[in-house]
Amino acid sequence: MAARVVASRRSFLGHSYNLVGVIAALVILTWTLIAIFAPYIIPHSIGDIVDDDYFGPIRQGLWLGSDYLGRDMLSRVLMGARYTVGISLAAVVIACFSGVVLGMIAAVTGGWLDTCLSRFLDAMNSIPSKLFGLVVVAAVGSSIPVLILTLAVIYTPGAYRFARALAVNINTMDFMTVARVRGESIIYLIGSEILPNIIRPVLADFGLRFVFIVLLLSGLSFLGLGLQPPLADWGALVRENIGGLPFAAPAVIVPSLAIASLTISVNLLIDNLPNKIRDRDA
Amino acid sequence: MTSGVLNLVLKRLAIAVVTLLIVLFAVFFATSMLPGDTASILLGQAATPEAVAGLREAMHLNDPAILRFLLWLVGLLHGDLGTSYANNMPVAALIGGRLLNTMELAGITTLLSVPLALMLGITAAMLRGSFYDRTVTILSIGIISVPEFMVATLAVLLFAVYLRWLPALSSVNEAHSLTDILRIYAMPVITLTFVISAQMIRMTRAAVIETLSTPYVEMALLKGASRSRMVLKHALPNALGPIVNAVALSLSYLVGGVIIVETIFNYPGIAKLMVDAVATRDLPLIQSCAMIFCLGYLLLITAADIIAIMSNPRLR
Repeated sequence: MAARVVASRRSFLGHSYNLVGVIAALVILTWTLIAIFAPYIIPHSIGDIVDDDYFGPIRQGLWLGSDYLGRDMLSRVLMGARYTVGISLAAVVIACFSGVVLGMIAAVTGGWLDTCLSRFLDAMNSIPSKLFGLVVVAAVGSSIPVLILTLAVIYTPGAYRFARALAVNINTMDFMTVARVRGESIIYLIGSEILPNIIRPVLADFGLRFVFIVLLLSGLSFLGLGLQPPLADWGALVRENIGGLPFAAPAVIVPSLAIASLTISVNLLIDNLPNKIRDRDA
Repeated sequence: MTSGVLNLVLKRLAIAVVTLLIVLFAVFFATSMLPGDTASILLGQAATPEAVAGLREAMHLNDPAILRFLLWLVGLLHGDLGTSYANNMPVAALIGGRLLNTMELAGITTLLSVPLALMLGITAAMLRGSFYDRTVTILSIGIISVPEFMVATLAVLLFAVYLRWLPALSSVNEAHSLTDILRIYAMPVITLTFVISAQMIRMTRAAVIETLSTPYVEMALLKGASRSRMVLKHALPNALGPIVNAVALSLSYLVGGVIIVETIFNYPGIAKLMVDAVATRDLPLIQSCAMIFCLGYLLLITAADIIAIMSNPRLR
């Protein structure tokens, strides 16, 4: 087992990578590029009806068939990448930034601030994520900023818990005591002493949280509570084309595969990161 | 059980109660943030201002939010869940039968997935690194990595479209014979079992592998105990706590799972009721459904924590 792993690893930039990890990284890179450049590469406008038939099969000119209104599926999936990747990325950045900063502050400060924050965020964590999404959408309606903020709020407690647990360990180190005695400010303590020591596991956690957010966003959109038409992310594409399921139309299969390719790639990339980066106790 | 464990368990229960209060508070305020005046929505456009004012008074809408929250809580304690805005029926009557349907779905799924997942998880851990282990691991990672609705659509494609064994929709009212019932529950249960089992397999496998790497298991190995004896006599009794913990935690995924599965298969349960209530903005119904889900979720994760505390021999 060990020999096989060693043989399949390649050295690059001081770290060794294995093949699965490299392929996963390429898939993620591809979707990211598509998300950025989608408006310039789509063959048809996403609203144009280009096929006389609905749920058309794959054929020349319509590489992924047509949807329930006869629109070009390839263009819609490429544009869907923009929303799924974009919204999830924005949400995960907000969630991890606020979670990690609060977690480090709680660990360094301790006392009542730590207790209150931990209690409150643990309570937030006890609300099932889909339910939270449902209630918020019922209350304020669904728009891109609301979705980003809701997803960020749902996944902040997890990021907080993770970062706090790591930061508490670092906080007991001698160099932290020295820095405190020097009279350093809390911003210096968390930014220059703690963060560099927990950044690698935090980045791995960032990836996992991104997957959770993509799954939740797709789930909400699938329920009709995410992006509203005419915009459509991958979850919404599956929803609007679910009528094609009995004929196994590409319009319902392709967006599903798109979601799976993204989430499985991120999972595989994290699983195959060099141990140095992945190890939680850095 | 010593007082130390008892204290920890009581502390955990107290935290659960506080959490429940915070959650109820959050649900209440999220739903009362809805734009629009409830009284004028209820009475329609033809209502006189006096009628609206009267109804506002009667519904305590003029009171401060905190007072309304307390009134709502007192009502809950009396079993009064309020009246649905959409069809003017008591929420309790709307929920009753639906809750039973959801419990049936969750119950059948639990009965199926727990033995299946434990068997796969434990055997995968015993045969760690083998082809069998890698297949089980990859399949469970695959299921965890995709949204629940995709597992459901794949199940429909396989069983209803290609094999034509099962209908794609369920309607409990049409159940007349045993085969009907089997056909109605099959799709939702299969989908949920996949989702829940995948989580459970991963956690069970991790728990057993962790126990297998402890010094006393190594000792048993050095002593010359057979592999099965090592697992069954030495590792499993000690891994029991973490495994039950994993089971309870995985079952909490049922909460998210039923929301998707009931919607897809049109299953008349409480999650479908709630998704419909969100569409019609029926506040009392949303509040009550959300509360039931949070309660179930909280019960499961609290149970998981308490089992973890009780099974830790260092605390005993």
